[in-house]
Amino acid sequence: MTTTNGSNEAIPTLQLLDPQGNRVTTRGSKGYRDRAAALTTEDLRGMYRDMVLTRRFDDEATSLQRQGELALFAPARGQEAAQVGSAYALRPQDYVFPSYREHGVLQVRGVDPVDRLRFFRGSDHGGWNPTEHNAAVYTIVIGAHALHATGYAMGVQRDGTPHDKHDGTAVITYFGDGATSQGDVNEAMVYAAVNDAPVVFFLQNNQWAISEPTTRQTKVPLYRRGEAFGLPSLRVDGNDVLAVYAATQEALERARAGGGPSFIEAFTYRMGAHTTSDDPTRYRTSEQEEQWRRRDPIDRLAALLRAEGALDEDFEAEIKATGDALSAKLRTGVRALDGGPVVPSMFDDVYATPHGTVAAERAWYEAYDAGEPPAPQYAIADSAQGGAR
Amino acid sequence: MTTMAERTHTTSGAPEPASGTQTLSLGKAINEGLRAAMRRDDKVMLMGEDIGPLGGVFRVTDGLQAEFGEQRVVDTPLAESGIVGTAIGLAMRGYRPVCEIQFDGFVFPAFNQITTQLSKIHNRTRGAVQMPVVIRIPYGGGIGGVEHHGESPEALFAHTAGLRVVSPSNPQDAYTMIQEAIASPDPVLFFEPKSRYWGKGAVDLEAPVGTDTLNAATVVRQGTDVTLVAYGPSVATAVKTAEALAEEGRSAEVLDLRAISPLDMAAVVASVRKTGRCVVIHEAPVFFGAGAEIAARVTEECFYALEAPVLRVGGFHTPYPVAKHEHEYLPSVDRVLDAVDRAFAH
Repeated sequence: MTTTNGSNEAIPTLQLLDPQGNRVTTRGSKGYRDRAAALTTEDLRGMYRDMVLTRRFDDEATSLQRQGELALFAPARGQEAAQVGSAYALRPQDYVFPSYREHGVLQVRGVDPVDRLRFFRGSDHGGWNPTEHNAAVYTIVIGAHALHATGYAMGVQRDGTPHDKHDGTAVITYFGDGATSQGDVNEAMVYAAVNDAPVVFFLQNNQWAISEPTTRQTKVPLYRRGEAFGLPSLRVDGNDVLAVYAATQEALERARAGGGPSFIEAFTYRMGAHTTSDDPTRYRTSEQEEQWRRRDPIDRLAALLRAEGALDEDFEAEIKATGDALSAKLRTGVRALDGGPVVPSMFDDVYATPHGTVAAERAWYEAYDAGEPPAPQYAIADSAQGGAR
Repeated sequence: MTTMAERTHTTSGAPEPASGTQTLSLGKAINEGLRAAMRRDDKVMLMGEDIGPLGGVFRVTDGLQAEFGEQRVVDTPLAESGIVGTAIGLAMRGYRPVCEIQFDGFVFPAFNQITTQLSKIHNRTRGAVQMPVVIRIPYGGGIGGVEHHGESPEALFAHTAGLRVVSPSNPQDAYTMIQEAIASPDPVLFFEPKSRYWGKGAVDLEAPVGTDTLNAATVVRQGTDVTLVAYGPSVATAVKTAEALAEEGRSAEVLDLRAISPLDMAAVVASVRKTGRCVVIHEAPVFFGAGAEIAARVTEECFYALEAPVLRVGGFHTPYPVAKHEHEYLPSVDRVLDAVDRAFAH
């Protein structure tokens, strides 16, 4: 498949599944086709289930935001193939650095769906324990986490982790087209390149950085940014879960085996708004949205499964029931989330070791909150003259 | 082919560990402190620009790459945000990176990583992920540097919760504090007074490494009439001022804060309650500087003990001046004496 990026230049793009769900062959795709062919029917059904559940999660979270139960939500609608396909290529020992829209990646990674909404509820700045899932919490400053991923990968190198395409350890970082303009993403590629760090830069080019099209970010196809840093770089059809899986698996295996960093541009589309506070009608056309609706990643995989006899009524009913249970869990779980008591919640974990200023302010607040005479702000034995608050 | 892990642990031909009490410059004391920390814990690593064969522009890392190898003493690309950002990732993987920012004015490309990421990740993860990262920054003026080579940006970091901000004033503290900073599970901004790098003092190389120097101020000189509060490069100025005051028959107590986050207000308040007068000295601009915070808190806590308003001596609300003018900008003994005179005039 070739697509154009607002110019007449044809851009090579790996595609294994066309928008109608047919397995297709393109020049140079044999190795990737072999990787996709190794996926069993159960694998494909698993991917489909996770993609549908990711969209269900999106729909439910959006509803909860409309009901005032979430402060904000950033939907992943349209990017399910890019997220689920890449996450399926990960192994447990690999480490994920998401931005803030990777709900499908975290679905595959096993992060509890209620935990994934703590941040958007306003009850937590994170929501899950990164060490339990080898997945960092969301990073809101665009692109900052790409450096963390590279640094983590530099640590993997220093651990003497085996160089093995299966048993080695790789790191993957997710970011968007807007983030490619950030200095940190570019610095991350510089550091990764000169260190041969085992990290995969996974760009979801969803065409829009809130209201700005990719033409405000770049003059070249974005995968070529990776090439410029010396990274093996590839553009894939981001709505083709097979192509995404195969390309990511190849890059992760290269990283685990000691072959260094790679760059993948998953060419996709943000079908929904940037967040629940956004209004895409102000900056893009319904024709464009309709054009991409015809390229829906879930429909595409469904068509393949149907053609291969792997999507019967029983399976659809099972997914529907799982989705209903997910929705119910979210509705109940999210409403039960609060920030916890101000003390200790607000004052805990500011530092890992006691910090006098925080301790004093915490003690003052506790006394104030209890309606006690305000204590001296500093722990001073002789407060006869001081503490006149 | 040796693996990276093997190379990491290569220490053959390393000099014997230093021991006993030696006379060292402040810069060399930090060098010895880094060496001791790296020998103690092989997760400690250094990152920065020109810190390898060159030993850093101030030679603070001199000889460390030769002893510990390129995997533990890393010459990084010339990108400060990258230094701190990758250090964060290394810390997540269990390392204890010590970053060198070449000069004070060059920390700003890393400001975002320090204030939005490094300072908050422990809190963001509710304590699940610690950030034992030290950021060493040569700071302060007095060496005739060009633009961005004489600044004192410490207040910008003290204003951010999650960071510890410290500055040694003498070789012994420098030796101990760098080790305590590295041992801390919290991120530490370690401001090195570059004008004092060459000043020498006795250093007990077996001094215990605890947490005191990151939290507690120390009384450098006892006195009864006025408290001079200082840290980093200004402590020497405060001591010289106290000596001059002694000749006038005035007794000044000199307090070395060592840390401005946390601020050891108990020590400040105890001293000011005794002396009744307080002058805060730092090279950073007084406007919204550490002295402003100290003055406000002293006023709250010592109101009835004060004989005079708390006064501040420091830099002006101007860009750090050209080298030809920097000694008019920096808090000198004369300007501190002037402030003390004003305090006594009340």
